Amino acid sequence: MVVRCEDVWREVSNYLDGDVEPELRAAIEEHVRGCKRCTAVVDGTRNVITIYGDERMVEVPLGFSRRLHQRLEGNVSGGRRSFFGWLVAAAAAVLAAGGFEAARSSGFGRPGLRSEHARASDHVPADMMVVVAEEAKTFHVAGCPFIHDKSRLRTITAREAEQQGYAPCVRCMKKYMDPGALAQSDESIDDLAGSEDPLR
Amino acid sequence: MAAGLGSLENPAQQDYEQRLIQRIREGEHEAFYQLIRPYERRVYAAAFAILRNEADAEDCAQEAMLKAFKHIRQFRAEARFSTWLIQIAVNEARMRRRRERADLVEPIDKEKNEGSHTPRDFADWREIPSEVLERKEVREKLAEALGSLGQIYREVFVLRDMEQLSIEETANALGISTASVKTRLLRARLLLRDLLAPGLGGAWSSQLSFAKGTKPW
Repeated sequence: MVVRCEDVWREVSNYLDGDVEPELRAAIEEHVRGCKRCTAVVDGTRNVITIYGDERMVEVPLGFSRRLHQRLEGNVSGGRRSFFGWLVAAAAAVLAAGGFEAARSSGFGRPGLRSEHARASDHVPADMMVVVAEEAKTFHVAGCPFIHDKSRLRTITAREAEQQGYAPCVRCMKKYMDPGALAQSDESIDDLAGSEDPLR
Repeated sequence: MAAGLGSLENPAQQDYEQRLIQRIREGEHEAFYQLIRPYERRVYAAAFAILRNEADAEDCAQEAMLKAFKHIRQFRAEARFSTWLIQIAVNEARMRRRRERADLVEPIDKEKNEGSHTPRDFADWREIPSEVLERKEVREKLAEALGSLGQIYREVFVLRDMEQLSIEETANALGISTASVKTRLLRARLLLRDLLAPGLGGAWSSQLSFAKGTKPW
């Protein structure tokens, strides 16, 4: 079997996955040995697979795991618990009660967040100047790299932002967000059930 | 080489996961934390590949984990738990993307052209010094190149080459045929090679000349 460069380029992906017949594999290897261009294509494609398969390619945001567990806490902790689990739950209940009291005394009113997934916070200073984008759902400190649409920004106070349904950015407003506030804003797991197949 | 994102689970690990899942089903819900811990990064990576935004990807990953918990009884032992979890994350991310970014058009996502790509550059790129990935600017350029792929190529590439799902698992996760996975994967790999080889091949220790060589695809 004789293969041309075009055949190698068409099969390089299958070849590197070990998904070609032995005869074709041998023909590709023979061709590549004598072809600089195809050597470059095969080596380079192999390198792409290797380099992107390295776990260092994905940087998980700082605190990701902690925030994930905070989000899960209110839902996962409902079952049978170990003694330690009960201790954690009791501590969480005390914290949540404190958080609720703080919210009642310091909240500056919000009619409902723009995003069902957003997290509210009652600890952002009401008079702090923040920026919002018209179509976005979160408010930020000026210069936050997580602002989606930088072309239509408004600068308003945090009080106004929350009154308009914006929620604090989980990155730049992180220091104002506490576990109590996070737990209160999480969707109930019951809201996720029902009609939707989780796999589609 | 460092282990990939998707180091394949061995049978012992699958047994361990099955026992954890059984405990969760019997009411010991906190075992769920143990179950998901090895996959937190992978779920985030899958969400980020589709949403291209850290905050959205994080929220999506959290939501996917919640759904996995809620629907743990639907998990069937014939599949890998990691694959099932990533499928949920992918579907959650795609749903959000449809909902929130329906107005965005990606002209590169032309189904009719998805299988054809001729390499445009034949720069030699033989060696990969592992330490190059320690350099933040290199990782950023690699992420930038990945981000410039059309959505349909990026999804396949991430699931197959970064999450290390099989061709069949990738096809199931995305709801496409294995043939489509293969053609999109070929194109994604060649596009990335085209973009990266001129700068990275043989120029590892010099400045990042490939940063100026962005191609118009």
